[in-house]
Amino acid sequence: MSLFNKHSFLEKHSSILTIGILFVVAIGGLIEIAPLFYLKNTIEKVEGMRPYTPLELAGRNIYIREGCYVCHSQMVRPLRDEVERYGHYSLAAESMYDHPFQWGSKRTGPDLARLGGKYADTWHMDHMKDPRSVVPESVMPPYAFMIGRPLKFENIEADIKAMKALGVPYTDEMVEFAKSDLIVQTDPNSDWEEMVERYENLAGREGSVAVRAFDGDPENVTEMDALIAYMQMLGSLVDFDKYEADDLHNRR
Amino acid sequence: MWFFSLILNMVKATPDGYNARGQTVTNMQLRGANGPDISVVSVGIFTTLLAFITLYVASRSVDPGMGFHAGLLSAGFVLGTLALVFWYAGRDDEQVFDPTKYEDGIVKAGVFASMFWGIAGLLVGVIIALQLTYPNLFYFDQWGFTNFGRLRPLHTSAVIFAFGGNVLISSSFYVVQRTCRTRLAGGAWPWFVFWGYQLFIVIAATGYLMGITQSKEYAEPEWYADLWLTIVWVGYLFVFLGTIWKRKEPHIYVANWFYLSFIVTIAMLHIVNNLTLPVSLFGSKSYIAMAGVQDALTQWWYGHNAVGFFLTTGFLAIMYYFIPKRVNRPVYSYRLSIVHFWSLIFIYIWAGPHHLHYTALPQWAQTLGMTFSLMLWMPSWGGMINGLMTLSGAWDKLRTDPVVRMMVLSLAFYGMSTFEGPLMSVRAVNSLSHYTEWGIGHVHSGALGWVGFISFGALYCMTQYLWKRPRMYSIAMVEWHFWAATLGIVLYITSMWVAGIMEGLMWRSYNEFGFLEYSFVETVEAKHIAYIIRSLGGVLYLGGAIVMAYNLWRTARGDTRLSELSDAERAELLSNEPVTTRAPAQPAE
Repeated sequence: MSLFNKHSFLEKHSSILTIGILFVVAIGGLIEIAPLFYLKNTIEKVEGMRPYTPLELAGRNIYIREGCYVCHSQMVRPLRDEVERYGHYSLAAESMYDHPFQWGSKRTGPDLARLGGKYADTWHMDHMKDPRSVVPESVMPPYAFMIGRPLKFENIEADIKAMKALGVPYTDEMVEFAKSDLIVQTDPNSDWEEMVERYENLAGREGSVAVRAFDGDPENVTEMDALIAYMQMLGSLVDFDKYEADDLHNRR
Repeated sequence: MWFFSLILNMVKATPDGYNARGQTVTNMQLRGANGPDISVVSVGIFTTLLAFITLYVASRSVDPGMGFHAGLLSAGFVLGTLALVFWYAGRDDEQVFDPTKYEDGIVKAGVFASMFWGIAGLLVGVIIALQLTYPNLFYFDQWGFTNFGRLRPLHTSAVIFAFGGNVLISSSFYVVQRTCRTRLAGGAWPWFVFWGYQLFIVIAATGYLMGITQSKEYAEPEWYADLWLTIVWVGYLFVFLGTIWKRKEPHIYVANWFYLSFIVTIAMLHIVNNLTLPVSLFGSKSYIAMAGVQDALTQWWYGHNAVGFFLTTGFLAIMYYFIPKRVNRPVYSYRLSIVHFWSLIFIYIWAGPHHLHYTALPQWAQTLGMTFSLMLWMPSWGGMINGLMTLSGAWDKLRTDPVVRMMVLSLAFYGMSTFEGPLMSVRAVNSLSHYTEWGIGHVHSGALGWVGFISFGALYCMTQYLWKRPRMYSIAMVEWHFWAATLGIVLYITSMWVAGIMEGLMWRSYNEFGFLEYSFVETVEAKHIAYIIRSLGGVLYLGGAIVMAYNLWRTARGDTRLSELSDAERAELLSNEPVTTRAPAQPAE
């Protein structure tokens, strides 16, 4: 067949072969990924989303550092059993400020997309220290080494700044006060009102920023403070009372 | 260090490669004729420059991780530059890179690097399997770096990129020289690629243990490691292409199309998926440029094609060279190779979204991913058939040569997992299989069965051919390896099928009152027996690899296991002094 004979041209010209390969492998990705950046209905219209507070972001970075994503998904699928087990199915809007995303691919442990508010801080402390003390059948590693370990946050402004540069709607104030915002969130006796206001303004509703000594110790800012602050807000931002799943904008 | 000197000794033991038939000698490659060798000088300048840059970064680092890594990189560059200088100054032969000979030293080094990283990666795999089986025994509550979350990326990267990558780099260097009948291009640059790649592995691996990760699966290394890999990879592309450019065969052999598509596509995937903004140029942390749903699809476009182009096209190239070579038959169908090649690389790239069924990814993208995943079944099996049918007229070798049997079984596993893959990409099936151990089982039937066995086949072949040995040190040991590994895979994948389907069904099971029947942790508990069986499978597979490493080592040394020879063969062998000078039984070029 003549077409096969023509292939010998490619077999004799390595540069054209290379360009041909690049062309052929570029098509699929372009068609699948590029529209996600401009199709407006890719991300649902929701109320309540805000960027992470500095403490939550620091906690999220610990979550990433420890590789929690290899065993825990953060993506509830719209299947009956999952919605009943974990809560409302996850929306694209809920991870629109997530650099990188944490949807995960494996559930060696349960999904964590709606973990926020399910357990007490003290339960999390016990569980992180020794998972089998509260769930005997658990196969999760212990994180006792993290208890009481001071959080390193000297450069947290730079983190917020980087996120802002990537398009997360942090304000200049949030960058400027990042360090103090982080500290006050762990201490209910401090002047935390401005911090809460800053973030709740962006969220457009009240009650989405929790201020307390997450590890039970208001004196020191520890890694546990950050991690528990992050885990306790997971999946709690979007106001599902106002979310209309059947709206055409939200159908994808 | 012992590893370095070991490889150096192995390379020195048999300094002569095979003569390429072309005898052209360019002045540039003649030492003394035109001053020092350009490639040695350019590599030396480049690594010296990098040593200074990384030293500067280390001195200004804002976190200990970056301080350690920049220092490590700097030390690596200094060591590399010194090794290059001393090697170059100490050489006594007239020509540094003799264009009439193949560059085989690097392939020999690659064989040992592959075995070293392979055993390391499998060992970590066994450890993390045991952690899930016996959490009270294999976790240490003050040692965060030994936790599953840190070791799992270490395992996946070690087996995919360290073991698989070294097999691919060394086999591609072996194959491209022989199919182009010319020495590797670039003089000292191939060595830069080889050692640069090892340095990347060390940076990535130590980073995981320290908690430096960007959490994108199979792309966990942070921005500076990615940057370094990009440099090495571009070097790799040009060494490979450069060798093709100066080929003495008019046609580019089919294996090289596959290698080329693997190198080019991995470069594209790596760069796009790792677009990231470092928090500081002197710190290890960065934030990925894309967020949420876009990041998710970019990640799985990368992730699935790491399977498609790293673990498939690269190893198909191995199949297209080593199976015809070992059984001494031409590739079954030239036309099928063409159809197989272009359809495989075109379709594979679309399949990523099947990792995101029922997620917040828009459904049109999910459907596209599923459709192309189903179509992918055809080119995959086309390739398998092309490989299997190459044995036409040589099927008896399955009985006599365990290396051939290993490569044929790898094709069987390839066919099985490329059937299972499209099946799991169907939305309805995926709703059950996703997030479960079934996925782990599927990955391992591909990784242990297909990638592992075709790699082992290539490593056995290359060791025998490179060191010019008439036979392996022990054929019985190849048999043992074959059966231990096969049994290991069977235990692994069957236990994970059972565990995965069981937990998937338990998650969605309802009792007669309409409530969920099982709590999550009951499904964890139910997998315990399967975890034990899986660990056992992993131990068997690791054991087989250790036997193989020993066998390769003795073969390279030139030993023969006398008990496996007939009386006549033994008498003949012992009459020749020393054993290593026996005539090579290298198959015809």
